[in-house]
Amino acid sequence: MFSMIRERLRQGRRTIAYPSGDAPTLPDRFRGLPVLDESKCPDGCRSCAEVCPTDAIAWDEGSLRLDLGRCLFCTECLEACPEGAIRYSQDYRLATRKREDLVLRSGRELELARPLEDRLLRLFARSLKLRVVSAGGDASAEADLNVLGTVVFDLGRFGIQVVASPRHADGLVIVGPVTENMKLALRETYAAIPAPKIVIAVGTCAISGGVFRGNPEVNDGVGDLVPVDLYIPGSPPHPMTILDGLIRLLGRLVPGGATDSS
Amino acid sequence: MNDETLLEMRTGRAIPRVRIPRLSFEALRGAIVDAVAKGQRLIAFFGDARDSSEEVDVYAVLADGARALVRVGRATLESDRFPSLTPDCPPAHLFERELAEQYGISPVGHPWFKPVRFHGSYRRGHDAWGRAPGEPPVVGVTDFFRVEGEEVHEVAVGPVHAGVIEPGHFRFQCHGEQVFHLEISLGYQHRGLERTLSGGPNKRTLATMEAVAGDTSIGHATAYSCAVEALAGSRVPLRAEAIRGIALELERLANHTGDLGALAGDVGFLPTASYCGRIRGDFLNLTALLCGSRFGRGLVRPGGIRFDLDAERVGRFQDRLDAAYRDVAGAAALLWDSTSVQARFEGTGIVTADTALALGMVGPAARACGLEGDARQDFPSGIYRFAHVPVSTWSTGDVFARAYVRWLEIQRSVAFIKEQLRALPDGSILADVKALRPEHLVVSLVEGWRGEICHVAMTDATGCFSRYKIVDPSFHNWIGLAMALRDQQISDFPLCNKSFNLSYCGHDL
Repeated sequence: MFSMIRERLRQGRRTIAYPSGDAPTLPDRFRGLPVLDESKCPDGCRSCAEVCPTDAIAWDEGSLRLDLGRCLFCTECLEACPEGAIRYSQDYRLATRKREDLVLRSGRELELARPLEDRLLRLFARSLKLRVVSAGGDASAEADLNVLGTVVFDLGRFGIQVVASPRHADGLVIVGPVTENMKLALRETYAAIPAPKIVIAVGTCAISGGVFRGNPEVNDGVGDLVPVDLYIPGSPPHPMTILDGLIRLLGRLVPGGATDSS
Repeated sequence: MNDETLLEMRTGRAIPRVRIPRLSFEALRGAIVDAVAKGQRLIAFFGDARDSSEEVDVYAVLADGARALVRVGRATLESDRFPSLTPDCPPAHLFERELAEQYGISPVGHPWFKPVRFHGSYRRGHDAWGRAPGEPPVVGVTDFFRVEGEEVHEVAVGPVHAGVIEPGHFRFQCHGEQVFHLEISLGYQHRGLERTLSGGPNKRTLATMEAVAGDTSIGHATAYSCAVEALAGSRVPLRAEAIRGIALELERLANHTGDLGALAGDVGFLPTASYCGRIRGDFLNLTALLCGSRFGRGLVRPGGIRFDLDAERVGRFQDRLDAAYRDVAGAAALLWDSTSVQARFEGTGIVTADTALALGMVGPAARACGLEGDARQDFPSGIYRFAHVPVSTWSTGDVFARAYVRWLEIQRSVAFIKEQLRALPDGSILADVKALRPEHLVVSLVEGWRGEICHVAMTDATGCFSRYKIVDPSFHNWIGLAMALRDQQISDFPLCNKSFNLSYCGHDL
């Protein structure tokens, strides 16, 4: 008993101050929001697009675009680009409401997720129960979703809780590229959640199929299987990226406000 | 054993495929059964054939840990049936089911013959279950073992089950609380991963390896890189080998720590559960300090690594490692001192050494039964050729043993990392990788945190992969979990499951 109390005192309080205080410092090598600077691109150079494992980088109508929904946040393009036209920033905020908002272009800001509509906010802002369905993928996004339940992030502070039964849930979190073998279970789980409900796609796999895109055994992500309300890209997304997306959706972060510093 | 039936080779060395003896299937079967009876382990057994081919080449890889050698042989099957090895060699059971599912060849006499991942056959017009082409199997629809009787009931769980966890289907045959039999049916995570590797390496290959099992990205990326380096004849700088070792042990630390916390949580012991949940993150963040990704994405690549450690970073790394180790030591000590925890851990979910050996179990789950296998010791590659990590074992084979072996390994991994950091070799971190040699085969073994990761790569005449076989440790161990549940209370399933913590995606590929 005493050893337990002593250990409790030694381990101390470890919950982060965010969002009322600062977000924790991320490692200097953390790869957050990519920044494009097309003015650095030599004429006709396509090296970044050529090496991108998931073809997240493309040139259309003569301009460089990077689809966060496909990006693995690897370092291939950085190494291929001699000019530094692509770099990663430390910005962990990546979540959007619309799929097309995930497409980055040079000199254009990412349209971060806006809160839910008022009707849904009234229902979910203070209590949101989520059912997570893992549908393929590599289980890393699941791992970092679980991290949100630890004392560090303490998701319960926001009234967000993961529940076992879809019948008890207000929303569905989908991870993985949606394998053929999980398609039915995913649909059934979605159907079992009472309306109104929301859907959150976590990770590059769930958004586009990620590294498994094009494989006949997978569905290239959620696609139009179920309607998605929030996209959280990353392979896997950092826990701060997921947390930011969730509380942004629930209107806990005011765009441009004190807790939304860039 | 010096018989000529199988080719003896070292892991991490490529050999021309022409040197692999081509036996009759009977001879190959006999050699495998013989070797396993003498204590060698079947670490890979797989097919290779083109879509439209009438013949299937079957490859077997056996590990002779005592001599640090693997033995390879092959046979060509001209018929769609072959005599099953499983009755004489139980570790072949799942390999044979996989072989049947992928290539449409049936192991005649297999005692428990059913699909593994529920996908169509790789060979057009050949299906082990006689399904018509274009008639996709329905996942989870198969014959399940049933116990009949008035007071017997069946409990079916999954694929979507409680918690943030991967999908799988579990069927328990119970009498009251007592479990007579558990059958585990997976395949929900099957994403056709292995098949996409043929024709590579290409720009997606490395990222695919990191996604075999997301919590083992370093393990699989290392096994893959070693295979490519062997095929290309590249030498990895020693500094890169050392940092790869550090990253592999960090992966072990994070997962073992998380598992101790999860085990504590499953017996309702919240102090250790909440501390370890956080400390796991401290180890993941150390990996991120090294390469920016908590899961080590982008660190390991063929030829070496992408991120270096300068002196200043080493200093920060050491301080944070010490702090995390102090915390996990305190959290673990509470587990061993708490009688309520011990009462739940001890004697629960026992797998005997005989069973573990007979089924070919690997990793901490096998070492908890007293088996001594550890690829870092038996088949050392990279930095493990120079720095030895003592093998951690326990003898009781229960949940306690699986937890305690993890704690032993945590201590030894920390000691290993500190030793490496003290004396990091100088030099570069990345070597050039040339084209892969054509018509070669390499076997690469890495001791991941769940156990032995086996990659077998074969190249074609142009130096591209003609077949790339991955065996995740979970492939060997799921049956161990099923055995651990025999005669247990069904309410102990979560605890037993956590004590193995196997990968669904690594199994399903």
